[in-house]
Amino acid sequence: MALNRVLQALPKSRTGITGLDEITLGGLPKGRPTLVCGGAGCGKTLFGIEFLVRGALEFGEPGVCVSFEETAPDLAMNVASLGFDLERLQRSKKLVIDHIYIDKSEIAETGEYDLEGLFIRLNTAIDSIGAKRVLLDTPEALFAGLSDVGVLRSELRRLFGWLKDKRVTAVITCERGEGTLTRHGLEEYVSDCVLLLDHRVQNNAVTRRLRVLKYRGSTHGTNEYPFLIDAHGISVLPITSLELAHEAPTETVSTGIAELDRMFASNGYFRGSSVLVTGTAGTGKTSMGAHFLDAACRRGEYAICFAFEESPQQIIRNMRSIGIDLGRWVKKGLLHIESARPSAFGLEMHLVRMHHVLAKHKPKVVVIDPVSGLLPGGSEFDVSALVLRIVDFLKVSGATGFFTALSAADDLQSTSLSISSLVDTWIQLRNIEVNGEKNRVLYVLKSRGMAHSNQVREFLLTSRGVRLREVYLGPGGVLTGSARVAREAQERREEIRQQTEGKQRALAAKAAVRSLEAQIAALQAEIEARQRELTAAAEESDMRSEALISDRDAISRSRSMIVDSSTRGGRPNGRGGE
Amino acid sequence: MTTTKRATSKAPAKRGAPRKYELRLYIAGQTPRSLQAISNLKRICEEHLAGEYRVEVIDLVKAPQLAAGDQILAIPTLVRAIPKPARKIIGDLSNTERVLVGLDVRPTP
Repeated sequence: MALNRVLQALPKSRTGITGLDEITLGGLPKGRPTLVCGGAGCGKTLFGIEFLVRGALEFGEPGVCVSFEETAPDLAMNVASLGFDLERLQRSKKLVIDHIYIDKSEIAETGEYDLEGLFIRLNTAIDSIGAKRVLLDTPEALFAGLSDVGVLRSELRRLFGWLKDKRVTAVITCERGEGTLTRHGLEEYVSDCVLLLDHRVQNNAVTRRLRVLKYRGSTHGTNEYPFLIDAHGISVLPITSLELAHEAPTETVSTGIAELDRMFASNGYFRGSSVLVTGTAGTGKTSMGAHFLDAACRRGEYAICFAFEESPQQIIRNMRSIGIDLGRWVKKGLLHIESARPSAFGLEMHLVRMHHVLAKHKPKVVVIDPVSGLLPGGSEFDVSALVLRIVDFLKVSGATGFFTALSAADDLQSTSLSISSLVDTWIQLRNIEVNGEKNRVLYVLKSRGMAHSNQVREFLLTSRGVRLREVYLGPGGVLTGSARVAREAQERREEIRQQTEGKQRALAAKAAVRSLEAQIAALQAEIEARQRELTAAAEESDMRSEALISDRDAISRSRSMIVDSSTRGGRPNGRGGE
Repeated sequence: MTTTKRATSKAPAKRGAPRKYELRLYIAGQTPRSLQAISNLKRICEEHLAGEYRVEVIDLVKAPQLAAGDQILAIPTLVRAIPKPARKIIGDLSNTERVLVGLDVRPTP
């Protein structure tokens, strides 16, 4: 039996505070006290009140608030801005607020005492509404009102034990002390669960953080999690609670720049992917973002632009100069431009504002221009953690994210390195300074899951938007701007020259052919003449030999008249012929 | 006034009439410390405030809802309701001098 009880998971009481139940894997230990420590103004009271209010409204667990510092009306007023109506909860018997007030100047101590009055009041309050949750808001205030520290400590210790016996889930807030969690060492008595709230000013912006210092009997997230307090109460933002299990659509969306589309094998970015455009100042990052927004709105998709450097009006005006009319999309309600100075709030506030805007509008395309603008609000690590959360959030919601980041002129890749590994597509813009002019070039550094062009393209901002041109490789490197134009002109001239030359050569060749043909004709004529001559000569020789024969015949005939007689009478000297 | 058990002293004045000192002693059950406080209080009042006081003993175990009204925290607590402004003395009232100072019967030394 005992073993079974040990093996049974620790029952937990959900706080209803966004994100906290994820970190604590289900909430605070049920029926046990939890210590919430933090300095002044870090949100301890609010944490406790939200714990009670959400318990009463969402989990059907009425609560008792014992406030040692603020009166009930003050408390009610302080949390009214978060939408918590404490008075209505009190009327509907879901909440009891008891303000315990001690003024040292009107109290004299004479002899022994205990704090049974506190126990009785708490017990009455708990029993009056059947409370399951208790908030003790800074019981350490008692140390200022009563001088017998020994009694106080032992009575508080008894109180925490009593709360446990009472089976209420309690939150006890405590001021943080020098070098200790609480000013009076109360953490010694409350050892089940200790949460640490903190708020730090970093570069004039406040970042609130929460950490689960201790959670006996349960695993929990151990990191420091930024949290914030806004009109929806407390939101804790765990980085790691999001799983890497989002959908991976194969559909692509246009970059808004036809030439850039063609640099990707699938004609654009994957939907739901994240795109990073880095570049030095004035390389056209915002313009690329505007193209992307414009393309989305043309498809009839909802788009959001978070701008950290320019006001919506300024963006609309400036983009008009390159022929992109974002104003009409705003009017149509397809585009929402949210501008805020990065220094206006801490990072986590920015993140939650984004979350709220994204959750409200459910855009398909989100542009953040520039994410590096957030850097003054926190360290690079914080910013990349923030971008990671946004990237995750967008991926889960299937929206395509487009981030621009300013990179230092001499160190193009390192500034954004921590962000770049989070994104799927990384496009780099650069200024090239040659021959006394500055030109922009673009290239795709990476694009996960699709082949992409390895070419450097010249990036032109024209009155009809961004155009990409092929760059020329010259002897001294890539040629851009007027050098490229000169090179193009030169090539044209060269071509013309070559064309003319070719024509001339053809003509010359034709002439040569013609002259050769003439020569051939002449030779042919000569051959014929010679042949005729030959024939004539042959005929002549024939005739001559015939004539000779006939002559000889004639001669012989004439001779035979003599020889005939001799022949007839035999040859007298045995000679025949000559 | 209240439904609590009253331990009004054997003061000679009539009930209900205003006294110079209206005192309330809050205890929680009949603990030794509570009884000690009651007896100490009686002694001090008889010795120093005879005829000028009325004491009401409120047992918070029986009437817990009364604790909040006088901002009772420590037990025992003696509240001087009248004269105004109200003053509180906590503890078993074993130090007579401090009780008298606390009640403003005697000026602060």
